[in-house]
Amino acid sequence: MRWFWIDRFLEFESGRRAVAVKAVSLAEEQIDAYMPGYPVMPGSLIVEGLAQTGGLLVGEHNGFRERVVLAKLGKAVFHRHAVPGDVLRYTAEVEDIRPDGAIVKGTSHLGELLQAEIELVFAHLDDRFTGVEQFYPADFLAMLRCFGLYDVGRGADGGPLRVPAHLREAELAADGRPPLRPRPADEAPPA
Amino acid sequence: MAPSQEEVFEKVRTALVDALGVDEEEVTPEATMVGDLGAESIDFLDIVFRLEKAFGIEIPRAELFPEDILTNAEYVHDGKVTEAGIGELKKRMAFADLSKFEADPVVQNFGNLLTVSDLCRYVESKVGAAG
Repeated sequence: MRWFWIDRFLEFESGRRAVAVKAVSLAEEQIDAYMPGYPVMPGSLIVEGLAQTGGLLVGEHNGFRERVVLAKLGKAVFHRHAVPGDVLRYTAEVEDIRPDGAIVKGTSHLGELLQAEIELVFAHLDDRFTGVEQFYPADFLAMLRCFGLYDVGRGADGGPLRVPAHLREAELAADGRPPLRPRPADEAPPA
Repeated sequence: MAPSQEEVFEKVRTALVDALGVDEEEVTPEATMVGDLGAESIDFLDIVFRLEKAFGIEIPRAELFPEDILTNAEYVHDGKVTEAGIGELKKRMAFADLSKFEADPVVQNFGNLLTVSDLCRYVESKVGAAG
């Protein structure tokens, strides 16, 4: 199973808020054994989806150079179940970003109905974790592109969100060749 | 108008109950944040955020957690804070009672120094609380 708990970003405003969707399907493994005979999306994976939405929002703020980890849930309230066929809409809003971490407010909606409310505390890994990498940069960028981050993302200035040069460089190195057409969101790698 | 000491304590207590999941009765003025209330380092990020919001103040990390002093070779010898270091800590943290720490200034023990009333005094110094 791939550890993707959002399907796509709908909105992304750098340093402020992000909206992502997760389509719940009966074909997914996590539904099978969670409550046999009563197929629902596990709340813990809704938390994970909001953590991925919020974590990428926090990480992007520093050009994905900080290693961001979910450190704590302040609160998690679930108002209703999400079942196969539902599309969950996750909204993450930054309350505060500091050098050592960030506080994010997360909500999950089914249409107009509030499904869950979650407070997330993220930490930036400090110098004790030097050398610990969370992702391969090229794979990480491939994932961000899959999520449509650079299709909908807006930078702090309101313009299109740019791919950080260090990720773009890793992508080029992994490809061994530049893309056929340069994509508008790509920042030129440093000379 | 500046809040009274009682109002400050009430809001600090709410922040600690929410951030640490402790009972209201556990949050006494003498309780230490780490030893008695079980705060871990990540909780302080949460607590600081809640206090800033509750009181409309800004809390620079170094004011509550003087890590720069405790890791400065000038102020620490053999794992203990020197006299000059204690002087710096007192200047920085006038709100905290450092007398116990001064008697045995092992750096490792510093983390468990802060009490609820220290935190209240700190907030009071920020908001200019009335007595």
